[in-house]
Amino acid sequence: MGAQLRLLRRRIKSVKSTAKITRAQELIASSRIARAQQRMQAAVPYEREITRAVTGVVSNTGAVDHPLTVVKEKPARAGVLIVTSDSGFCGGYNANILREAEALRGLLEERGLTVVPFVTGRKGVAWHSFRQREMGGQWVGFSRKPAYADAKEIANTLIDAFKDDNGIDEIHIVSTEFVSMLTQNVAVKRVLPLEVEESEAQASETIPPYFEFEPTAGDVLDSLLPRYVESRIFSALLQAAASEEASRRRAMKSATDNANELIRVFTMQMNQARQAEITQEISEIVGGANALADSAAGKE
Amino acid sequence: MAKLRVGVVSPEREIWSGEADMVIAKTVDGEIGIMPQHAPVLGVLVEGGVLRVKRGGGEDDLVAAVHGGFISVADNEVSVLAEAAELGSEVDVAAARDALARAQASVEANQDDADAAVEAKRAKARLQAAGEDV
Repeated sequence: MGAQLRLLRRRIKSVKSTAKITRAQELIASSRIARAQQRMQAAVPYEREITRAVTGVVSNTGAVDHPLTVVKEKPARAGVLIVTSDSGFCGGYNANILREAEALRGLLEERGLTVVPFVTGRKGVAWHSFRQREMGGQWVGFSRKPAYADAKEIANTLIDAFKDDNGIDEIHIVSTEFVSMLTQNVAVKRVLPLEVEESEAQASETIPPYFEFEPTAGDVLDSLLPRYVESRIFSALLQAAASEEASRRRAMKSATDNANELIRVFTMQMNQARQAEITQEISEIVGGANALADSAAGKE
Repeated sequence: MAKLRVGVVSPEREIWSGEADMVIAKTVDGEIGIMPQHAPVLGVLVEGGVLRVKRGGGEDDLVAAVHGGFISVADNEVSVLAEAAELGSEVDVAAARDALARAQASVEANQDDADAAVEAKRAKARLQAAGEDV
């Protein structure tokens, strides 16, 4: 009995310290979500403007004929950019992304394409190298706080691979979209060849029919489209960072709740065990006293 | 006279937005001055350029160092999309001087060092934006 009590006390102590850690992680993640959301907000104006500029060029020049927008007739290789996190403790965040990436891989392979993964985030890189899958590129160390330079580096690698004749014919991105604090969805998008969305209704409102280019439409497009790709990747990274913190907060919250529940159960068991011990002691004393009394009565 | 609505944005934040009488930027073709009622233009900005926004109304000009990006003008709205930008008042002059010296040293050591040449241009633009002589 005494042994069980000691055991329970020890477990309660260890669960309590785990709860402290997960609680702290939860609080850290909460404060980081706010910051990640601010960064997302801050990036919105640039994204909006660059989308507008691209739409402007497209509606001015008509059919866009640019290496980055050409859909190849017989695609042979597809690149998939998988955005995962650097650190764990974030529940199913990475598992969901990798599952979606695998599904996409299956789809692409059905179409007869060879899939080349490009991975950001330590977790995704580890996942791929454990399975000895060759990666077209890997980037780590910025999943929580992506800078524009990171997005640029990724975009450059992807664009170079895309432009190369024997390179990659289409590029998809698998990342998590931040919808709200509670909802984040894994989304698959095609980045290259670029689909320039030409929404007619919007175009007539915001884009004047006539645009001058400095120096020429082709040159503008040459430097505009890569920036557009960069900006889309940057926005995916920012959303992924916010989603990562949100799922970390959720995972840590449920871990803390579980720990508290465990503490409650163990405390109850411990009290029961203690009570049982006392009851047994009392009944032993009473039994002993009775036996003594009986033997004394027998002598008389 | 109508005013221009100007927005200067970089991927990471909105640098400045407000109204102005005139915007002067440096595109790859040369300097371009935008005044109200300007025809729609989309221009590519140079690496390490200086953007000047004349606010009028007795206010000081807004000067910023702008590295790469675009300027788009339509409907009295000017948006400057910079890959990186810094207001003149935000420039750390000592750090920029330091960067300039370092970049120039590596350009002298190796004429083909394109990165360092760009770095030198950027540092120069930052110093000019801060109102320093270069």
